[in-house]
Amino acid sequence: METITYKRVYVWELPVRIFHWINAIAITVLAVTGFIMADPPAILSNAEASDSYWFGTVRFIHFMTAYIFFFNLILRVYWSFVGNRFASWKAFFPFSKKSWRNFLHVLKVDILLGHEKHPEITDLSVGHNSVAGLSYFILFLLALVQVFTGFGLYSAMSDWWLPDLFEWVVPLFGGDFIVRTIHHISTWLFILFVLIHVYLVFYHDWLEGRGEVSSIFGGYKFVVGQRVKHKKTEEEKKDTEDAK
Amino acid sequence: MITKDKTKQSTYYESIIKQGYSRRDFMKFVTYISAYLGLENSMVGQVAKALETSYRVPVIWEHFQECTCCSESFIRSDHPIVADIILDKISLDYTLTLMAASGHQAEAAKKATMDNYKGEYILCVEGSVPMGDDGNYCCIGGRSAKDILLEAAEGAKAIICWGSCACNGCVQAAYPNPTEATPIHKIIKNKPIVRVPGCPPIGEVMAGVIVHLVAFGRLPELDRIGRPKAFYSKRVHDTCYRRPYYDAGLFVESFDDENAKKGYCLYKVGCKGPMTYNACGAMKWNNGVSFPIQSGHGCFGCSEENFWDNGPIYERLTGLHGFGIESSADTIGKVAAGAVAGGLAAHAIAANISKKKELKESISRGKRNEKALDS
Ligand code: HEM
Ligand code: HEM
Ligand code: SF4
Repeated sequence: METITYKRVYVWELPVRIFHWINAIAITVLAVTGFIMADPPAILSNAEASDSYWFGTVRFIHFMTAYIFFFNLILRVYWSFVGNRFASWKAFFPFSKKSWRNFLHVLKVDILLGHEKHPEITDLSVGHNSVAGLSYFILFLLALVQVFTGFGLYSAMSDWWLPDLFEWVVPLFGGDFIVRTIHHISTWLFILFVLIHVYLVFYHDWLEGRGEVSSIFGGYKFVVGQRVKHKKTEEEKKDTEDAK
Repeated sequence: MITKDKTKQSTYYESIIKQGYSRRDFMKFVTYISAYLGLENSMVGQVAKALETSYRVPVIWEHFQECTCCSESFIRSDHPIVADIILDKISLDYTLTLMAASGHQAEAAKKATMDNYKGEYILCVEGSVPMGDDGNYCCIGGRSAKDILLEAAEGAKAIICWGSCACNGCVQAAYPNPTEATPIHKIIKNKPIVRVPGCPPIGEVMAGVIVHLVAFGRLPELDRIGRPKAFYSKRVHDTCYRRPYYDAGLFVESFDDENAKKGYCLYKVGCKGPMTYNACGAMKWNNGVSFPIQSGHGCFGCSEENFWDNGPIYERLTGLHGFGIESSADTIGKVAAGAVAGGLAAHAIAANISKKKELKESISRGKRNEKALDS
């Protein structure tokens, strides 16, 4: 009976994992507070307006989280130039021949549930597969839309230079209305992304059994042993020498 | 500024005095209009001086696709001098609705102004211009609005667009805009244009813009889309007296509820104040008596582009065009999310069937390994 040996490979570096979870939490908070701002619930209260500020607080949380979301995004862009190959910006575009092949493979086998006649061991990607990579790039563009429209709307309420950099956005579209509508619609696009993304993560975990889900917590995935060229580390060399 | 001696003209000050106002009235007017313009106290003298020494600026005031609410608002602005000096005495050389002359005489007066004051007169435009069907949807004196506008704009020193029609197209440009009603700045590209949106704009705002032009000989400071900053740099929401209720999350749920009686924020019954740049909250209307929100009705966003198409007036909804009248971004979002979730569930089931072989193998391998475990 054939046995498969897996090797543990460090894929998602700590900054990538931290980015991921800050990003996921920030998006969740932004979407929830955003929808509350769009359509606040009816709250009956006998308190005077001067005694409560809950709606102001919701907006404050939205704006504060918006800054976190934005800076986190910038740090991730920086890391895509200095991080490992799986974190690299190149991992987000299926431009090389190899990644284009992988793109087609993922579409055929993972999405359309086909079967590869001659499966290759490299069909399973170690980092993002090419389709996932592209979806993250699309998410990145969507994040930019939120940042531009969000800070554009926010600039009227702020005196700081950073939001004021986005002052031109609202005049460009003609008014707050349309900008807010765009901001609102892309919130729904985030929700669609998250549904698909989380599903596919669990899907791959279930079908491939390589620790996909845990990888975004711990950083490791399991890769078929054959793929790991065995280069002896210093320690191992020492071990073998000692053994002699 | 018009300094050429045109014998029969007088300065603004002279004509104000001739109208029977006192110097005191004049100074009051100057103080008040300077305050509206957001000028410092020390500038009051400068404005007074300018009105004393400068000659009337000829004005051509065109009416195209509009309802004349801008003119109405203007002649009712707070201080009587406004209407008097701007309309009678600022030499309205041409305005269909208010001038004494009519017919050929009126057209001749306009022609004379355009010829004699080429490059000096101010062109005020009320109304949008229909560009569809070769401009035939709006003709005055046998000529299309488009022709008239192009001709009048040619020799104008600057153009003031009064109201949402001239600035954004207003209701006649609402979807599907059958006449292709077009705002002025999309037609005339080579002249300084001031946009004073609103349906109508506040009378004092209109007066302020004109007085600024007259007193300083140049346009007031404009924002990126050509609106005078003094009046359009804040949202109604920023100066709304109901704002504390907004921040406290206390909202009117329907117009006849207890909350409405208590004067809570009108956000949930469709107030567009948070997205509308205008001075209503600060200057109010009808001699500072009230403004929509004060009388219990949400702001409708009349000074914003496309305000007719931006969702329902009495709801806080993100409307979308092209998806049917009743649909909001949220209904579409919910349907899309439902469809995606359904699709994913179907995919999950299909995957478990299609990949049965692989799954079976890995499951049985796992079970075998479980049994083989050292205890
Ligand atoms: C993933 C990112 C984000 C999501 C999902 C999100 C979601 C939303 C939603 C749903 C609304 C309500 C829109 C409406 O009223 O129809 C909103 C409003 C707003 N958001 Fe965001 N947002 C995000 C990022 C940002 C960012 C980066 C900023 C930048 C400061 C920002 C600033 C604002 C502002 C200023 C408003 C209008 C609030 C008001 O006027 O009360 N948002 N957001
Ligand atoms: C708001 C929710 C989420 C968003 C916006 C989001 C977004 C992203 C993004 C942008 C990446 C690429 C990371 C990078 O290269 O820096 C990513 C990767 C990943 N995410 Fe999420 N994520 C979300 C929730 C989750 C959840 C709930 C899980 C799992 C329980 C998860 C698991 C993963 C995994 C395993 C990867 C690596 C994927 C790969 O191998 O291509 N994510 N996610
Ligand atoms: S009534 Fe309108 S403008 Fe006033 S605080 Fe409420 S939402 Fe803002």
